[in-house]
Amino acid sequence: MDFSDSAEEAKFRAEAAEWLQANAPTDDEIKGLDEMAQAKLWQKRKVDAGWACIRWPKEYGGRGATAIEQVILNDEQSKVKSPSTQFFSIGQGMAAPTLMTWATEEQKRRYLPKLASGEEIWCQLFSEPAGGSDLAALRTRAVKDGDDWVINGQKIWTSGAHYSDWGILVVRTDPDVPKHQGLTYFFVNMHSPGVEIKPIKQLSSASNFNEVYFTDVRIPDEQRLGAVGQGWQVALTTLMNERASIGGTRSAGQAQSLLKLAATLEIDGEPASKNKAVRSRVADWYAKEAGLRFTGYRSMTAMSRGEVPGPENSIGKLVAAPMAQDLASFALELQAQAGVIYTPLDESFDNMFQHNYMNIPGGRIAGGTDEIMANIIAERVLGLPQEPRVDKGIPFSDVPTSGGKS
Amino acid sequence: MNFEFSEEQNLLREQARGFLADNCSMKVVRQALESDSPFDADLWRKVAEMGWTATVIPEEFDGLGLSYLELSVIADELGRAVAPLPFSSSVYLATEALLAYGSPEQKQNLLPRLASGEIIGTFAMAEVKGEGAINTTGTDKISGTKLAVPDADIANICVVVVKSDQGDGASLCLVDLDQAEVSKEVVYTLDPSRSHANLTFNSASAELLGKEGEGNAAVENLFNRAAVLFAWEQTGGADTALEMAKEYALGRYAFGRPIASYQAIKHKLAHMYVNNTLARSNCYYGAWALNTNAPELPLAAATARVSAIQAYYYAGKENIQTHGGMGFTWEFDCQFMYRRSQLLAATLGGEAKWQEKLVTALETQAAA
Ligand SMILES: Cc1cc2nc3c(=O)[nH]c(=O)nc-3n(C[C@H](O)[C@H](O)[C@H](O)COP(=O)(O)OP(=O)(O)OC[C@H]3O[C@@H](n4cnc5c(N)ncnc54)[C@H](O)[C@@H]3O)c2cc1C
Repeated sequence: MDFSDSAEEAKFRAEAAEWLQANAPTDDEIKGLDEMAQAKLWQKRKVDAGWACIRWPKEYGGRGATAIEQVILNDEQSKVKSPSTQFFSIGQGMAAPTLMTWATEEQKRRYLPKLASGEEIWCQLFSEPAGGSDLAALRTRAVKDGDDWVINGQKIWTSGAHYSDWGILVVRTDPDVPKHQGLTYFFVNMHSPGVEIKPIKQLSSASNFNEVYFTDVRIPDEQRLGAVGQGWQVALTTLMNERASIGGTRSAGQAQSLLKLAATLEIDGEPASKNKAVRSRVADWYAKEAGLRFTGYRSMTAMSRGEVPGPENSIGKLVAAPMAQDLASFALELQAQAGVIYTPLDESFDNMFQHNYMNIPGGRIAGGTDEIMANIIAERVLGLPQEPRVDKGIPFSDVPTSGGKS
Repeated sequence: MNFEFSEEQNLLREQARGFLADNCSMKVVRQALESDSPFDADLWRKVAEMGWTATVIPEEFDGLGLSYLELSVIADELGRAVAPLPFSSSVYLATEALLAYGSPEQKQNLLPRLASGEIIGTFAMAEVKGEGAINTTGTDKISGTKLAVPDADIANICVVVVKSDQGDGASLCLVDLDQAEVSKEVVYTLDPSRSHANLTFNSASAELLGKEGEGNAAVENLFNRAAVLFAWEQTGGADTALEMAKEYALGRYAFGRPIASYQAIKHKLAHMYVNNTLARSNCYYGAWALNTNAPELPLAAATARVSAIQAYYYAGKENIQTHGGMGFTWEFDCQFMYRRSQLLAATLGGEAKWQEKLVTALETQAAA
């Protein structure tokens, strides 16, 4: 066990730090650009120099780097002020691994480099009004017509649909078999005729997600990933990567931010950071964050030894999201009356806990709710049985739903 | 970066687990709990023969000269077995105190015998409920009473914290417990699988361990080191509680199906898993810091300690809950982890103390 960089790692770290510092866009360069244009500029610069999607094979835009190198790069990236590239995270974190597993070689060469460079943005068209947790209850239909499939139905909660070029899509191709068997997976051009996108306003006032309606949208059969009826299996590739990517990143350093904030506030005439109740909470939250960070390092080590990482990573989101919520609420109460002052969409330190408080409810739901994550740990990690289900082994069309029969 | 144990260390783990499965089953824990004899001397001898008591003692003192990573592996496995042994007292505290503060003669005299398991050591600090002042005084003749000292009635030597009018106000003394001026009064505790005794020193012969007036600093250092090893034992025990809860939940039926299929039970067990995983990962960091004497040790130790206290407490109590009425019986083994979790949390000071140490370490780090 050795926590410090090996000579090779240290060299990589130095290179990464040097490149990032020298190349992060200057204020002058990004002046007047909107967030998206800033993100695209930064992402393109990174990919051209080999500093984006570094774990991907070279031919798809990466450099075949190791998991540890990715951690080092993230580490160095976090020290450099640069535009956020969150717009690309669904495409790079979920669509790309699915394409790598299921697409043809030609498709990988066509789509992955543009995903890496940020030239094309992808979204995830999975959830529907009838099924979020119960994803396989989706009803959007695809019917074969010549070499095309014709899509009709509705998706919901689609983050970034309004700025996306492509979407990964799961639809029902056969309603007369049990629900998991009647699904098929495609990718779809979001600019296709018949795709209609309507923003949904969140409780945080932002509108990051959308309803997406499909009316006779045609998708060529080549854009199918996996066999007809194999959509559930393909979707699992996406979901596994979703949980890994969401789990790892959230809420690093929050406990220390809280301590920093508390030092500037008073309770009973002394700095709130000296208050024992405050300190006790900071300690608990720090211990959780540290536990997540080191759990991540354990997985990295397993990967760098060529082992499949253990199930430890599945705890990330389940720990980080509720904790970030509790921590934000606590931080706001420390600010007493002033804690209620809120500037929507402002992510600066001054508004950070307000921003988090208003956004974390979504974090506990997106990508698998807390309850679903706990079920996953219980079933896949601990091997406990599923609850009895009334939808097993019967045709999807006979399954009871929120709106009556399917 | 490499954040895993080596192949040899994993082999040691397998060997330790096999040995404890053969020699320290729950039956053995139960015998220790129920019998009148204060400890399982036979098991102690076997553990010493395996070299575990000698793990980090240098070869010049007849130790194995291995690292704290190996000792972490052993601590984890002993915790998992809920072993009824004076290991934490003798190895994580008394041996560590000698290694850190012993004079060449003290080391030469005692370390080989601690390594071989011939003698057992322990550590005595508390005199009142809570953290109150130390009133035991003296350096070559000491007088005073120490409360509920773990393993004191079987230990041969004890590191005693005494009051000092110099330096930081305390000193460490080394006391031979096999003398007439020391009286031992066995006390019944929450965890009788580990014996405890009040120790009264009546002008008992003693010698300074380390410098006079540097006792509080020494305790701080020793507790940070021991906290990492305690945390491993706690995490190991928490995993056993989870394992036990899982096995029972899979086999027990209610309302026509295994209770393991009810979400209230599944989520309880999932949360045990989450807590245990966080604690274990923090133990890795603690082990690294301990092993490399890193400046991060105070933070790493407190982090591991806080999460391990919480994980073991939760797993211990919810394992009982998962067993229903059976969990509350003397006959079932759930009690062992419930008892041990409280014992390991009490020694070295509990959650509130280590939360405070954690935040202090964070502030120190931020100021640096
Ligand atoms: C901010 C945000 C962004 C999102 N982005 C996307 C996106 O880009 N693409 C996309 O496809 N989807 C997206 N989603 C949708 C998200 O995946 C779903 O909202 C989520 O899976 C929950 O589904 P639901 O909303 O239908 O709630 P439901 O499934 O109806 O759940 C309601 C409640 O019931 C509980 N519940 C349901 N089933 C069980 C069960 N078996 N056991 C115990 N409790 C249960 C849930 O935990 C929850 O508390 C996003 C959601 C949010 C909030």
